[in-house]
Amino acid sequence: MAAVLEVRDLWKSYDTLEVLKGISFDVHEGEVKVIFGPSGSGKSTLLRIINMLTPPDKGEVLLRGQSLMDCKAELCKLRTRIGFVFQNFNLFAHLKAVDNVSIGPRLVLGMTKEEASDVAIRCLEKVHMGDWAQHYPAQLSGGQQQRVGIARAIAMSPEVILFDEPTSALDPELIGEVLQVMLDIAKEGTTMVVVTHEMGFARAVSDEMIFMDKGVVVERGTPEHFFLNPESERARHFLRKLEVLYGQAETEKT
Amino acid sequence: MQEPPGLFDILILIMTRGLPTTLALTLLSLLVGFFVGIGLALMRVYGPIELQWISLGYEKIFRGIPLLVILFIFGIGLLRLFLWAGSLFNALFVAAIFALALRSAAYQSEIFRGAIMSVDPGQMMAARSLGMTEFQATRRIVLPQALRLSLPGWTNEYAVVIKDTSLVSAIGVPEMLYHGQAFTWTYPALFLGIILVTAVIYFAFTYPVTKYVGESMTLKLRTLGLGGGR
Repeated sequence: MAAVLEVRDLWKSYDTLEVLKGISFDVHEGEVKVIFGPSGSGKSTLLRIINMLTPPDKGEVLLRGQSLMDCKAELCKLRTRIGFVFQNFNLFAHLKAVDNVSIGPRLVLGMTKEEASDVAIRCLEKVHMGDWAQHYPAQLSGGQQQRVGIARAIAMSPEVILFDEPTSALDPELIGEVLQVMLDIAKEGTTMVVVTHEMGFARAVSDEMIFMDKGVVVERGTPEHFFLNPESERARHFLRKLEVLYGQAETEKT
Repeated sequence: MQEPPGLFDILILIMTRGLPTTLALTLLSLLVGFFVGIGLALMRVYGPIELQWISLGYEKIFRGIPLLVILFIFGIGLLRLFLWAGSLFNALFVAAIFALALRSAAYQSEIFRGAIMSVDPGQMMAARSLGMTEFQATRRIVLPQALRLSLPGWTNEYAVVIKDTSLVSAIGVPEMLYHGQAFTWTYPALFLGIILVTAVIYFAFTYPVTKYVGESMTLKLRTLGLGGGR
C-alpha cells in the first residue's frame, strides 16, 4: 500500500537546542497514527514541520510521493491536501463559524460562495455544530471552537489531517465531545496523525503509536504493545505517569 | 460703522463658509494617510529589511517635524508643485492635504503596525495551513482583524487631524479658523466670543464622534473576542 505521507529523517534545532533528531515514519491510507511523549519532546514541532509551517533544517516530507520541500508555489497547493487542527483552535476571530469553514474552499479551492457554504454547513453538521453556524468563535466554548476547527479542516477534503494536541487546551468536561468527533471521522477511514495524551482515544482507533522523547522516536508499536508491555524504560515511565494523572481505568480497560 | 452681528450669526457664517473646507481637509487627509499608513505598516511588518528601513525613516522624519513646518514646506516652499490643481486656492488646498496626510500617515502606520502585530500569530498559521498564500492570509485574515483592532486608535487620529486642520489657516487655506480670524479683524471687540464659537464647532465635531465610535467598537471587538477590554 502506498504511503499518503512519508516523513524522512527530519532534523530541527532552535539555536543550540536540538528539537528533532532524525524522525522518520510513514502514514498509510486510512491509518490513524498517534504520537505521544513528554512535553518538550518535539511533537508539536514535528507536526508543524510536516506541512512546512516551520521549515526543517534537514530531511524531507512527501505527500503521495511529492516532496513538500521542492518549490514554494507548489507548497500552498500541497498544504490544501493536509488538514491541520490546532491546540488553540486558531479559528479566524472576525468570521462566523460557517465562514471559518467556508473560507478555505472558497478562497483556496475556488468554489463559489454557495458551494462553499453548502460544504461548510455539511461539515458543521458532521461535528454537531450546525446550530452554531452564525456564531463568532468568541461566543463558543472551547470544545465547540475545536469542533469548528475540525470542520474547517475536513471542509478542504484533505488526504490526511494533523491534530496537534487538540484537547489539551480544553476543560475536562469538554474533551469528550471533541474526542467523539475525532473517533467518528477516524472510523470513516480518515487518515490522521494525532499528537495526544488521550490514551483512550489511542487505544480505540490508532493503528500505530509512536513514543517520542527528546527529539527521537524511542519506541513504536500497536496500542496493545504499549499497554501490555512497552519495552523502553522511558515509555514505561511516561505511561505510568499518565496513569497516575488520568486514573487506572483509562489504560487498564480493554 | 455697521452693527456687529450676533455670535449666533457668526457661528452660522463660520460653519457655512469654513466647515466644509475643514471637513474636506480632515477626511481627505485621513483617507490618503490611511492608504499610505497601511502601506508603511505592511512594509514594516512583512517587508524585506530595505523597505523596513524606508518605512522607519519616513515615520521618524514626519513625526519629528512640527506640522506647521511641514505646511510651510508644502504650502509655500513647494507650492509650485501643486499649481496643476488650477487656481491658487486649489493649489493651497492640495498642498495642505499633502502635508496633513503625509504627517498623519506616519502616525497611522504606527497604529496599524501595532494592530497587525497584536493579531495572534496563530491566525496566520491557520490561514497558511489551509493553503492560503501569505498575501491571501494577510488580506483576508490578518488585516480585517487588525483594522478592527486599530479603530479606537484611528478615531483618536481623526480627533488629532480635525483639530490640526486649524493650522492650515497659516498658509491661507480658508477653513474654519481662517474665517473666524477674519471676523475678529472686522470685530476686534468680539475676539473672545468669536474664538470660543469656533472652539465649540471643533469640539462638536470631535468629541461625539470619538465617543460614539469608541463605544460601538469596544462592543463589537468584545463580540469578536479581540481585546476591547474583556
